[in-house]
Amino acid sequence: MARRILPGLPLTLGITLVYVAIIVVLPLGALVFKAASLGPEDYWRIVSSERAVASYRITLLCALAATLFNLVFGLALAWIIVRYRFPGRRFVDALVDLPFALPTAVAGIALTTLFASNGWFGAPLAAIGIKVAYTPLGIIIAMAFTSLPFIVRTVQPVLEELDPALEEAGQTLGASDLEIFLRVILPQLAPSLLAGLSLSFARSLGEFGAIIFIAGNQPFDTEITALLAFIRLEEYDYPASAAIASVMLIAAFTMLAVTNLLQARALRYTVKG
Amino acid sequence: MKIRLDSVVKTFDTFRAVHGVSLEIESGELVALLGPSGSGKTTILRMVAGLEFPDGGAIYFGDENATDIEVRHRGVGFVFQHYALFPHMTVGENIAFGMKVSKTKRSTVAISDRVTDLLRLVQLEGLQDRFPAQISGGQRQRVALARALAVDPKVLLLDEPFGALDANVRRDLRRWLRKIHEELGITTLFVTHDQAEALDLADRVVILDKGKIVQTGTPEEVCRAPASAFVMNFLGDANRLKVTVSGEKAHVQDVAFDAPGIADGPAELFFRPADVTWREDGQGIQATIARVIDRPDSKRVLALTVDGQAIEFDTAPEFPFRADTRGFVDIRRPRVYPA
Repeated sequence: MARRILPGLPLTLGITLVYVAIIVVLPLGALVFKAASLGPEDYWRIVSSERAVASYRITLLCALAATLFNLVFGLALAWIIVRYRFPGRRFVDALVDLPFALPTAVAGIALTTLFASNGWFGAPLAAIGIKVAYTPLGIIIAMAFTSLPFIVRTVQPVLEELDPALEEAGQTLGASDLEIFLRVILPQLAPSLLAGLSLSFARSLGEFGAIIFIAGNQPFDTEITALLAFIRLEEYDYPASAAIASVMLIAAFTMLAVTNLLQARALRYTVKG
Repeated sequence: MKIRLDSVVKTFDTFRAVHGVSLEIESGELVALLGPSGSGKTTILRMVAGLEFPDGGAIYFGDENATDIEVRHRGVGFVFQHYALFPHMTVGENIAFGMKVSKTKRSTVAISDRVTDLLRLVQLEGLQDRFPAQISGGQRQRVALARALAVDPKVLLLDEPFGALDANVRRDLRRWLRKIHEELGITTLFVTHDQAEALDLADRVVILDKGKIVQTGTPEEVCRAPASAFVMNFLGDANRLKVTVSGEKAHVQDVAFDAPGIADGPAELFFRPADVTWREDGQGIQATIARVIDRPDSKRVLALTVDGQAIEFDTAPEFPFRADTRGFVDIRRPRVYPA
């Protein structure tokens, strides 16, 4: 192996492995260990209880809806930040990171206040018969809010690197703007969009703080899986909590693995022959 | 398709890129737009393509005023300096792109036959399933040309097509492009800052400086009779001497050169490094050799006249003289331009 200037492999590898073990593997291991303390029947009974399954359904569907919303809106946001020069562009650019910086509980309380039936947004929406706070719609909004930066920040650099000549080439070959977007731009954004989507989705699945204020938390109706795990914890039922959490862990892990595969496929053209 | 530009003007913000350029390109002609960077040559090409719109003047394709026709309806083939191939499509898909988005529907078989034909034309048979990242720069530029030709353009436009390639590949590709042009006979306009490339390829060369045409002509015309000091300098190495003109004669020391039509007063005398003979018999301008540089096929001599003006000339490798030798510079084919 060629000599490197940076500190040697044994040192860096050692430090990072220890770090990963302490910060990531240990808690996850404890989780699995706790869940494993249940027998197979008990485990299955807890994770397949009606209330748990309802919470999976709510979490999954809301996360899906929030992610799809962010896909469209986040792409549009990244597009205007990269492609246009308008007053306040840098401010908008900075604003995108706010959901990362803001404590999620603050976001949850703010969103609840806004969307409550007497809030600034909630009142007019209630007038036309749309109830947001304490419904799945509220969960979707909280998820969309906290996971928006993932899409914008993964797509933005790729968009910046896109060669404008490619779009001009498409024009000279007679393609319409829509065809250029669908056939030239979108396929090149696909890998980064996919990465942003999976991060956004994973974050939505795991979001807790922002949601519990706005969701109303009615079992079978607006109770997310993370909250159910938390409730079991409050009841000192650690194994049940760990069992429910382990389902989320498996779901998140599977999804990240699948997106990695898809991404590798989408990027196959960059491999030199 | 004949192209005609009529007093075309283009301004970017405060910078005037093109000042009233008028130009006619005959059907089937291969014309080079040659000029240094900032001369407006690429802007002119992009306006012909419809990628930029002129602020004044008009562009005609045949008898049709094409000035406001959108690029996608203009029927031009455009080859970009950095190829602009779609990286996520194979070579074959890149070439087929224009046919797939075209309003004239073609069958899959017709498209794939045409792709095969074009690949044969650009001598890239068998590469159609590769991605652009997997082929060389020269191959990419040939794919870009095939892609542009696939839509049967009325006009082919090339923006510094070989600018990003190394010297050997450039030379091969331009000879090859000339051959393709002769086969297809399509009206072609290309931009370059490399005079050798323009002279090698084009039927006619249009030389631009600061957004204006300074000379138009065949390679022979522009080489043998450069219209100005700028053209003389830009087309190749040139020596410049300060001279004084009186009675249509330019005087350097006691040597006089013909200066037809040049007004009395200070002027500049130009000549090529190859148009010099070093003499010891007193005929020519008195000079001293300052340095001799060896080259594979010649020697380049740097000399100073007695009044300190530099002259460079090329001699045979057998040239026996060294630095500090005094002698005389005998100039052939001098050209005098007003200072």
